[in-house]
Amino acid sequence: MRREALLDIRNLDAFYGRAQVLFGLSFHLYPGEVVALVGRNGAGKTTTLKAIMGLISATATHATFKGHSLGRLPTYRIARLGLGYVPEDRRIFTDLTVEENLGTGRRPAGDGRQPWTPERLFRLFPNLAEMRGRRGSQMSGGEQQMLSIARTLMGNPDAILLDEPSEGIAPVIVQMMAEAIRAMKAEGVAVLLSEQNWAFAAGISDRACVIERGEIRFQGTMAELMADEALRAETLGI
Amino acid sequence: MDPSFLAVQALSGLSSASSLFITACGLTIVFGVTRIVNFAHGSLYMIGAYTAATLVPRLLELSFGPVSFWAGILASAVIVGLIGIIIEVLLLRRIYGAPELFQLLATFGVVLVVQDLVVLVFGPEDILGPRAPGLRAPVDILGRRFPSYELVLIAAGPVVLGLVWLLLRRTRFGMLVRAATQDRDMVASLGVNQAMLFTGTLFLGAFLAGLGGALQIPRVSANTGMDLSIIAEAFVVTVVGGMGSVPGAFLAALVIGQLQAFGILIFPKSTLVVVFLLMAVVLAVRPYGFFGRAEVVGATHTVGIASHKPLPGRVYILLAVVAVLACFPLVADAYLLKVATEILIFALFAFSLQLLIGVGGLVSFGHAAFFGLGAYGSALAVKWSGASMEAALPLGLAFAALGAGLIGAFVVRLSGIYLAMMTLAAAQIIYAVAFQWVDVTGGDNGIVGVWPATWASGPVAYYLLTAALTLAAVLLLKRIIDAPFGYALRAARDSEARAEAIGLTIRLHRWLAFILSGAAAGLAGGLYAFSRGSVDPSLLGISTSVDALTMLLLGGIQTVTGPLVGAAALHFLRDVVMPLTAHWRLVLGLIIIAMVLIFPRGLAGTVQHWREERA
Repeated sequence: MRREALLDIRNLDAFYGRAQVLFGLSFHLYPGEVVALVGRNGAGKTTTLKAIMGLISATATHATFKGHSLGRLPTYRIARLGLGYVPEDRRIFTDLTVEENLGTGRRPAGDGRQPWTPERLFRLFPNLAEMRGRRGSQMSGGEQQMLSIARTLMGNPDAILLDEPSEGIAPVIVQMMAEAIRAMKAEGVAVLLSEQNWAFAAGISDRACVIERGEIRFQGTMAELMADEALRAETLGI
Repeated sequence: MDPSFLAVQALSGLSSASSLFITACGLTIVFGVTRIVNFAHGSLYMIGAYTAATLVPRLLELSFGPVSFWAGILASAVIVGLIGIIIEVLLLRRIYGAPELFQLLATFGVVLVVQDLVVLVFGPEDILGPRAPGLRAPVDILGRRFPSYELVLIAAGPVVLGLVWLLLRRTRFGMLVRAATQDRDMVASLGVNQAMLFTGTLFLGAFLAGLGGALQIPRVSANTGMDLSIIAEAFVVTVVGGMGSVPGAFLAALVIGQLQAFGILIFPKSTLVVVFLLMAVVLAVRPYGFFGRAEVVGATHTVGIASHKPLPGRVYILLAVVAVLACFPLVADAYLLKVATEILIFALFAFSLQLLIGVGGLVSFGHAAFFGLGAYGSALAVKWSGASMEAALPLGLAFAALGAGLIGAFVVRLSGIYLAMMTLAAAQIIYAVAFQWVDVTGGDNGIVGVWPATWASGPVAYYLLTAALTLAAVLLLKRIIDAPFGYALRAARDSEARAEAIGLTIRLHRWLAFILSGAAAGLAGGLYAFSRGSVDPSLLGISTSVDALTMLLLGGIQTVTGPLVGAAALHFLRDVVMPLTAHWRLVLGLIIIAMVLIFPRGLAGTVQHWREERA
């Protein structure tokens, strides 16, 4: 191994009731890299992210983040290790204002990094700066998506699990998302991205995992996946 | 009416509104965050009153003055807050994910436990608290004397509203509470320890309940009936205001306070009816109260019976059941027959509730209404028109079905916890009518002399009549559950949206289910009236509704045989276990809590689950 993996998952199984939906997934995330989980609708991308966060019942032979076992930790303890989560449906607190939403995510930064503040986040997402006092219920989908990411960044995470950030938002905002992810990466935040939008994922990711029916079909650099047209056609239909 | 009288009446309405708001505010905050309707909230209020009535006089002996008085009130509220923490850690924490029915039952178990504990700790006597130092002299309002303590209470409501507002709007705790009210998992994903948040919320809620109770001590003596009377009113306030909304609770408390203050002038005996009618009207117009919001889909959990293959040889099983029931009088004495008759009646009562809850997913918390309507319908027919038993039983059934049709028409628009609260309110209205309309219903004494026809008056004959009618009714309901009508109800229970999307008229199905269930419960009620020879308002009370729910819980909500097993189990507890102890409420409460925590499938359900697991 070239360097210590930030997030190291081996043989992840997950179940909905009695139905198994993930079968022995193994993958890792290095500090400061962007890895895309790609695959068709229903392949198990969202489930994988939820399983890592402890939001659904799952088992793995090995699951560590920064060397800490995730084991049976409750979700909030996993988040406090420095693992952020941005769910696909954004889940903004609609009764709270933009600033209050950011406040809910606030956690101290570790080891001398420059902490994220509302002001820094407003520079990253200028749209949000103009609506600090607005309630979450009065925001567009794209604005909610930005706020959801910003809220998670307020916890100063070392890595973020980002679920479908480009889903259902305008192309111009998708561009801003890509910028934001690059900016996060520049700050040293690693990103595990679940994405259906192939062009978006290809443009910002270093590596890719292709998931099909709950199993990993391919793991490698984005360049390798770009080169393997047969695999892409079979698993992604592109 | 002179203006001074109106002014004093309005002021006393304001002061009761304040007290009510302080208590209900805690209930609504706890519901907002935990999604649990805490039946034990009234018990916390009662503990607050007892604690203050005991503590404050001691403090006043040490140093007489307003400081001691108010310090004692606050200390009592803090003590109740700590009790709230204990309840959260020991019980609520384990049932946040459980179906609403179990949450309601478990917290009602706490109500029972606290009723006995309060007597054990504080003694059986009512305790009259001291008057507040410095506030003993009445003030003059337009020439009338008005207690100055009431004026302080009037101010206390808005002060508490302001402080709670500041806490929720201006502190990080409050911000997280509001966030958790909406999405608990997301709050956890942001690294917030929900357990601390929930424990803190329970402390706040219990503190407010305790404060509400402690503030009452100069006005009323602490007594063991406080818990259920305040919880019924607090339910109305939170439901009318919108579950989870603090300003809604304030507004609702104001309206209800005035309604009670002036309603008493118009209908001197019907204050209960007026309050619950307000709730019915508000919910009919605004199903989620003044400031409530629709419940998040998927936030409510329903459990119920599932489809299963018909047992092979079920005809023989049925014949065996009939044979056993028919031959039972050969071996049983009169006492056992009486017990068996009551078990059968309660099994039918529980089974009718099973149709609503297990099949329809409609958690009715006021099923006693239909049982009582059946009993009163039969008894009134006997008393006022001299009807025979053969005529009175069908009349009782029809009376209950009619009541169920009326109540059902209101509540089928609602779901989840609102439906549970609304059915409870409906039952309380009918209870109030039976209790207060003395000329017709005999009030508290009820109606006596409801005896069966001569041919059915012996224990054997009445047992056989009950067995035949119960069996016929259960088989009919079972047939309906397994018919397309039952499938439609179950489809609506499991996914309302999908059931609607395939063209099912959910409300119509649910309304018909209410009528069927009400008719069956009414038959049980009529049979019960004739077996006892009398009826009284307790048949319509909350405890009768809870009995039915307890039978379902004991027997198991997911099996068809559950109600029969549950009825037998509850009767066994009542007749055999309870007489052994002076603290039967404590025992029953602990059993209910233990069942929810350990055997949520119930007795019959657990056995069936084991069989299926082995297969």
